[in-house]
Amino acid sequence: MDEGMALMLVEGIRDTLLMTVVSTFFAYVIGLPLGIVLVVTSKNGLKPNAPVYKTLDFIVNILRSVPFLILLITVIPITKFIVGKSYGSAATIVPLTIAAAPFVARLVEQSLAEVDKGVIEAAQSMGASTLTIVTKVLLAESRTSLIVGSTIATATILGYSAMAGVVGGGGLGDIAVRYGYYRYQTDVMFITVILLVALVQLLQYIGMNISRRFDKRNKGGSL
Amino acid sequence: MSEAIIEIKDLSKRFETKEGAVDALKNISLTIHKGDIYGIIGMSGAGKSTLVRCLNFLEKPTSGTVTVEGEELSSLDHRQLRKKRTGIGMIFQSFNLLMQRSVIDNVCFPLEIAGENKKNARKRAAELLEVVGLSDKQSAYPAQLSGGQQQRVAIARALATNPRILLCDEATSALDPNTTKSILELLRDINQKYGITIVIITHSMSVVEEVCTHVAIIDNGNLAESGRVTDVFAHPKSEAGKALVLRDSRTADGMKEGRPIRIAFVSNSSYEPVIANLVLEFKTPVNIMYANTKDVEGIAAGEMLLTLPEDKTIGDRMIQYLKDRGLDVEEI
Repeated sequence: MDEGMALMLVEGIRDTLLMTVVSTFFAYVIGLPLGIVLVVTSKNGLKPNAPVYKTLDFIVNILRSVPFLILLITVIPITKFIVGKSYGSAATIVPLTIAAAPFVARLVEQSLAEVDKGVIEAAQSMGASTLTIVTKVLLAESRTSLIVGSTIATATILGYSAMAGVVGGGGLGDIAVRYGYYRYQTDVMFITVILLVALVQLLQYIGMNISRRFDKRNKGGSL
Repeated sequence: MSEAIIEIKDLSKRFETKEGAVDALKNISLTIHKGDIYGIIGMSGAGKSTLVRCLNFLEKPTSGTVTVEGEELSSLDHRQLRKKRTGIGMIFQSFNLLMQRSVIDNVCFPLEIAGENKKNARKRAAELLEVVGLSDKQSAYPAQLSGGQQQRVAIARALATNPRILLCDEATSALDPNTTKSILELLRDINQKYGITIVIITHSMSVVEEVCTHVAIIDNGNLAESGRVTDVFAHPKSEAGKALVLRDSRTADGMKEGRPIRIAFVSNSSYEPVIANLVLEFKTPVNIMYANTKDVEGIAAGEMLLTLPEDKTIGDRMIQYLKDRGLDVEEI
């Protein structure tokens, strides 16, 4: 493997991480509030609102059921409109965000729904407003679960970003498709696979550690 | 009698379920006075938890009114209701602490909601943790505490905003007997020291006998009876009342023969050897099935189950003899 190839792989790692991190960020910008609204407006939520809940629930389900590769191609006009081109890592961020936001919304919804109803009731008995309950009870009490969820989301988005390589999406997936698949360079293919696995492992490791550090529920034993 | 602090009038609550409407509460009217420790007792499913939630409008009644400190709760808007709730503390069976917050931050939580600044909040929280005897656990997390300690934190938290009323929803049901006793003692202290009116929801008559001054018995959504604990203990009027008062003492077997009666005494009558004198007087033995003394409202109260002879005239005369000596007699 020559120097050029090594450089390309390093750039691949950089692009993959950039796409993953930026897409995860935007997916949370959209998905976190969406998940909160889903929980708050659900039938047993703080402010049940069937029309709002059902509409959002429907949109999330639709977006979640479109396979990523198809979504990627479908949203090319939007991508072109926002980024100006449809290939490369910057362009991939658009479909990644669109695909991941509803996924993130579901993860957030799941995490918040796990918060003990009794604790919410206690906060209500103290005269807490809905906003206070969302920020200081729902989000604060489920933070461990939210962090685990974000780890899962990041790993999933990283996987999606590699898939975008098929249409020239940039990053390690792109390299694997161009060299490993079209040019039969199995070694390059092999290295990109190892790098992708290592990246996911690293993300998992960091995520789990952060979540454990923030969890105050199972600090066993007395002080 | 001191002034009314909570007035419940014709309160009904209906839940619409898939199996049809369920009337959880039917036309309940109750008045709770300032400084009372008011027990609301009933079997599980009787509607007592719904009733206590109507006192701070966590549940909105289907009809009827709840007036707390002169304000009718349904007349308040959201903001006013939230403000009102800061004057009504509440504790729960499962403690409901924020598991991701330290003990002191849990106690600070209602103060944060009330908009208190952090420094004052922490000072107040530290004082309250002292009151409940947990000063050394300030920076611990709830998961590190026992059930009794968690309930103490919950009590400190409920008192943080200086409420005039404390609602306790089965607050001791998840605790062992000794811890229950210590929590009830703490509640009594709080009632006496700060004059806070306490409403205790429970299914256990012993909890009522231990701390309550007044009791209301809820049976199947209806108010079966209410009154001072000493009165209800001595002569329960309703079926549900009798069932609750006699529950721990009734022995189903062995009571079939003869004529079972229950004697309750709440005064000094226990000094006279009444039963011995009774037997001497009538020259007929009676069978003592059960006897117990309890601390009801701080007064030694006793109860005894006897079976009288089958002979009706002797039995009637015996009952009269006991009544003449100021005892409450109830045929069961």
